[in-house]
Parts: sequence; structure tokens; C-alpha cells
Amino acid sequence: MTDARLVVGPFNRVEGDLEVTLDVAQGRVARAQVNAPLYRGFERMLEGRDPRDALVITPRICGICSISQSAAAARALGAAMGLDPTPQGALAAALIHAAENVADHLTHFHLFFIPDFARPEYAGRPWHGRAVERFTALDGGAQRSAVQARAELLHVMGLLAGKWPHTLAIQPGGVTRAPGPREKARLAATLRAFRRYLETVLFGGPLEAFCAIPDSASLMRWPGGDLALFLEIAADLGLEGLGPAAGRFLSYGAYPLAEGPAFAAGVLVAGRPGPVLQADIREDLSHAWMLGSPAHPLEGVTTPDETMAAPGYSWCKAPRLAGLPMEVGALARQAVDGHPLALSLAARGGVLARVGGRLLELARTQILMEAWVADLAPGASFMAQGAVPRDGVGAGLVEAARGSLGHWMRIRNGRIATYQIIAPTTWNFSPRDAAGVPGPLEAALEGTPVDGAVPLAVQHVVRSFDPCMVCTVH
Amino acid sequence: MTTLLWLQASGCGGCTMSLLCAESPGVIEMLEDAGIRLLWHPALSLETGAEALAILDDVAEGRVPLDILCVEGAIARGPAGTGRFQMLSGTGRSMMHWVQRLAPKAHHVVAVGTCAAFGGVTAAGGNPTDAVGLQYDGAHPGGLVPPAWRSGSGAPVINVGGCPTHPGWVTETLMLLAAGESVALDGYARPRFYADHLVHHGCPKNEFYEYKASARELSDMGCMMENLGCIGTQAVGDCNIRAWNGEGSCTRAGYPCINCTAPQFEDPTHAFVETPKIAGIPVGLPTDMPKAWFMALASLSKAATPPRIGENARADRVVVPPTLRKPR
Repeated sequence: MTDARLVVGPFNRVEGDLEVTLDVAQGRVARAQVNAPLYRGFERMLEGRDPRDALVITPRICGICSISQSAAAARALGAAMGLDPTPQGALAAALIHAAENVADHLTHFHLFFIPDFARPEYAGRPWHGRAVERFTALDGGAQRSAVQARAELLHVMGLLAGKWPHTLAIQPGGVTRAPGPREKARLAATLRAFRRYLETVLFGGPLEAFCAIPDSASLMRWPGGDLALFLEIAADLGLEGLGPAAGRFLSYGAYPLAEGPAFAAGVLVAGRPGPVLQADIREDLSHAWMLGSPAHPLEGVTTPDETMAAPGYSWCKAPRLAGLPMEVGALARQAVDGHPLALSLAARGGVLARVGGRLLELARTQILMEAWVADLAPGASFMAQGAVPRDGVGAGLVEAARGSLGHWMRIRNGRIATYQIIAPTTWNFSPRDAAGVPGPLEAALEGTPVDGAVPLAVQHVVRSFDPCMVCTVH
Repeated sequence: MTTLLWLQASGCGGCTMSLLCAESPGVIEMLEDAGIRLLWHPALSLETGAEALAILDDVAEGRVPLDILCVEGAIARGPAGTGRFQMLSGTGRSMMHWVQRLAPKAHHVVAVGTCAAFGGVTAAGGNPTDAVGLQYDGAHPGGLVPPAWRSGSGAPVINVGGCPTHPGWVTETLMLLAAGESVALDGYARPRFYADHLVHHGCPKNEFYEYKASARELSDMGCMMENLGCIGTQAVGDCNIRAWNGEGSCTRAGYPCINCTAPQFEDPTHAFVETPKIAGIPVGLPTDMPKAWFMALASLSKAATPPRIGENARADRVVVPPTLRKPR
């Protein structure tokens, strides 16, 4: 039944290396295989090191979600130490983390996802001229404004985290720099400027009004900014029905503050919410170039199969929760948090839902960051001190821009004995498991129309996940 | 018009992410204004799959002249010298192969970041993928290409070390090359315009350093050299002269300089945030400082530490302000 096999790569405008192999039948994807073609071996590098070194090494897994890796490592180490951040330390760490996540959503929309709509293949569409003007790679007005706004937003990092990416500011007990009154004023000014950009350029309206949208039908009527142009494109091209989700979403809960996470933890399976039972996580290695048997990450090992033998086809392991693949990311996070628009979008999943979920989260997170800055209390303690135990175990579960990120570490004799990481894209772009069940992207691609040497619908589906391959292949 | 091709080898992509933080002007406008045409960049260009391969082939076959090749990330040579730990997707060939094929075509080759320059974090902890820099294997000359290799311009690979690179280090290197200016290099082939400075220069903790008023824990304001592993007095970089992300730097944010511009920074012989000591005395002196003088001055200045500086060194904010000076 297969008419042709198509290998799509180098797949650019994703973070890292990606290759997608498509079996095409009757002009549609019959079967997809997603390959992460890079192996770096971070988990092996960490073994035998001082546990505190994880705070230096793991952020360097990924230059785009570096802070998420910091936050997960700090939480894992803190769990092993029995140390929690001070409330203000947790608040400052949340601000640093949120600034990265917001910057990542902005980068994804403008640099990675939207330029494909300015392609000449879409020249006949009524919106194409405007898309060229706003969304063209490197030249589009929207892209240039976004890059500038992002660089200015990341002044939050200069104030709180020293630099971005790759900071050591986030520690198990909080943050290394205690902001004073003038830092607080400057942070507020930076966020006000970013809101001005969002409300005049991207959203073209008040963020609160956008966050009040109750469902996907109302979303399509949003009138303002570059977002309205995207929605017009999405309606015309039927992006709502493209690359549907399997209806299984996971979020570890984002921004752990003294009073709980700002976005709730949980799963959403076929529309039913439930708790995250992290003991039920297993990494399946049947189709990865990895040796070993399925294991919980605390028991797992990373032993590459250097012969790259079949049926393996990726360096990516296949994480499963209670045996099932899960989709993670902004859509999952916002749906698990119970936002009505996200629930409405998640009912179908798909390209529009994933991108819409990300924009919803961008708006909601901006509002959160403004509130957190207002809550900063100069003079309070921003960091608790503690000691690394000789032996211990810790897990750090956080939410990166792209979804659920977990670090699991074992300390023996004062050294890291094992360190296992499951990154968001490991969930989303996982290969098949022993039962032959495809990962979320592989499943979403089935049925996608394929036309031309660069099948555009495939591009849209893959990029709608905002993959971060460098994290995947740590 | 200067042509630029950018490849991402085995790394985290953070140097590109940092480059996007360039300001006044932003990176896209900067390239445009410097007359640099981006042939392809994996994160920024429209072309994907077959379109991207056509660009790479045009350069490799000499149909399109290449003025500057930027490589970000180390070169994974494993397993067993095949380079298959990083395949350039869609090509059936390793990234190692592609860099070997493209580098001889370039007038200038720039290694962006410590991974591309020396191997960096990709080569940490036993180097599981046998990763090297373009022209260095750690501090040893000779990486993917041998020590005597020269690009079309006659220069070695320019090593813009840093983890990540400051956007200014990359944009200024590119602007100089595009303008036909020479870029003076230090002993590790790093541009001297930033490598002639030490991270110590302009560090806001300098007054604490003068008196060896030391931080004991991360979040203390004192100098981090004695206890917390800071090697800003030995590390090259103008990090405290030009700011990061507005007004930041590692030491400004209260955590130590880990010497990320240098080869083999990824594997110190101690925990990153702990200063190794022999008989209570830190190992590793400030660059160009005679040991006996350092010891003498350190003990003298420590004894002379004013209470303001001693107290502030162990607090997370200024608790004792400077004494008011009244005009005479």
C-alpha cells in the first residue's frame, strides 16, 4: 500500500537535528518514523561528578531551555538534600524560568513556525501578501520586532540570572542574587515594555481579553495583531484538523511556589483529568539505539548501541506513562490547568491547538510575571543553604516551554551514581515502543497530506510541537 | 556582499540563542548592515530538507563562494571514528563529513563557542562521543583539522570561545571579517579584542577581592575566589566590561566565573563551585601575579579589611553603606 518513502531532512527551524521518514500512500502519510540523529551522552558525563556539578552541566544540554534544565537539576538536588527554596527564592526562580519560557514561545512562533506560510507555494491565497510582509524568515516585520522584544525581555536575565543562556543563579535553596528595590523597579519596567509589544504587535489587544476567550470558535474571531493574520491563515488552510492529538496530555505543574504550582500538575486522558503518578513512568528502549530493558528513570541507564542496529531508528528513548505515550507542551499544560480555551482546543488537538495553546500561555505567563514582580520583597531571604548528602535520591520535575522535563539523580559516596533525564521532546518525538505504539508526533503525522519535495503540511505538524532535539538526545 | 554559512554540530544551540540577544542593532539588522548575506542558518533560514541540501551542495561544489563558515558545536567523531553520533539528517552523512567538505571552501572559518573551538561541554566527562573542536582537542592543537591547517584567508580557525558566546563577540568578529579587517588572535586563536581582558576586569566584587573579603556561601556578596571556585582573575573575557542581557554577568549575579572561554573548562579537577585548596590556601593564582607577592599582599590586605567590607562580604545585600564624606 506504500507508494513511496520520503526522508525529510535536514529539518531546520527546530532546535537541533531531526529526520522524519514518511511512508506515503494515496498522497497521505501512512506511517511516520521520527529520528533524532544526534547522541551526546550527557547522562554518562555526569556519573562520578560532584552532585552540584549538575547545575553547571545540565543547562548546557540545551541552549533554548537552559533555565528549565537548571530548575530541574536544582529541584532534584534539593530533593536529595532535603532543602526547599525560600518563598522569595522560589518566586525569583519562577520569574527567571517564566522569562525563558515566554521568550521560547515567541521564538517558536516567529522564527521556527510562521515563516513557512510566507512560502511561494501559498502565493494564490488571499492572505499571502501580508504573510510575506510580516512573516518572511529574516526579513518579515513581525520577526524583526519579535527578536527585538525578546532581547529586551531577556534583560530579566541580566538583572536576576547574570546571563542567558547557562546561568548558575538557580540553586536548590533559591537564587544567588537578592534583588533590591531598584532591580524590582527595573524588572517592572522591562515587563511593561514587553506587554506594550505584545498588545500592540502580536496580540493587537489587551492580554486579559485574550485570556478570557472561552473556546476555539471565539478564538477564530480575535481581531488584532499578527495573531489575527495567523488565525485567518489557520482557518483558510484548515490547521485545526491537521496533526490531531491522541487525547493524552501530561503536565508536571509549572512554577512551584510556596503556595503550589502556578499552572496545575496532572494528566488529561480522553478529557478526564487525573493525577501524575510518576512511579508509572517507564522508558522503553525497543526502537532506540540503546541497550537495556524498560525501566523507571531512577533505575534506568544510558548505554548507546554503537552498531545502531534495527529495529532501533533513533537515539531517543520512548517514555511511557502507565504504558501510554503522552503529549506534553503548552497546550497540555494549559488544558491540565483547566483553562476553558485550552480545553476546547485540546478536544481536537492539532496544529492550531498547539500554537493557540502556546499563545494563550504566553499571555497568561506575562500576567503572572507582572504579579510576581509586584510580590518581590527586597530584604527577604532569597536563598536557603544546605549540604549535599553522602547518599541520596532526588527527582526534579518541572515544565519547560516544550513540556514536562524530569531529572532523576542518585548520589552515592558523595558522587553522582546515576542521572537520568526525560525531556519534553523525548515524550513528543518518542519512537515506537515494544508494542509498536508510535510516539505522539509519529501518530499525529499519520494521514497528513504529502505534496511536493517539501511537504508543507508535514512541516506545519512537526513544528507545531516546537521540538527541541538537543534536549531529546542529551 | 559577504556570504555566511552557519552549521550546528554537536552542541546545545545556545550560542545562536545568545546571538539573538544582540542589541543596537539586533542580529538580523547587524548582518544586513555589515553586508553579510546568510546563505543558510539552521535556526533562522526558511530553506529546509532538499532546499537546504541544495545550498550546502552549491557551496561544497564551489558554485557559490563562501566567505565565512561558522560552526557551532563540537565535532563528534564517534563511534569508532565514523562520526555517526551526529548525522546531518536527510543526507546519510555525518556532520563531521560535512564540515570536512565545507571548511576548505571557506575564506574564513569561525568556531562559535567553546564546543566548536575546543570540544567544550560536549567533550566532558570521558568524552562519550569522542568530540573535538575544529582545530583543537581541548588545549591541544589539532582537532578535526591539523594545527597547520589554514582557511582560504591564510588564517587558522578563529576560536570565539565562550559557553555561551556573548553576542558581541560573534557580531564583532563577523563585522571585522566582512570589512576585510584582520582579527588579532591570542595563543588559543581567540579574538584578542575580548580575550585580552580578564573576567576580573570590572567585576563589581573588586573591592572585596582587594581585601580578600570572601563569600562563604553562594548568595554572599563577597569575592568568590577563595571559597566558591571563581576563576575570574584567570579567565579571559570582557564579561564585566560589557554587560550580558542588559546589565548582567556571572559574578554580578552572585555565582562564580567557571572559565567558560577556555579549553577544558568543562572538567576542572574539583567541583565548579568549590575552590581547591592546599593547606587552606587556594590553588591557582591570579594571572601574571607572582606567588610570593600574592601571598604577602593577601595576608596584609585581609588583616586590613575595613568592617564595612567584611560585613558586606557575608551578606546578600549591602548592610553597611560607605561612610559619608563631607566636603572640606
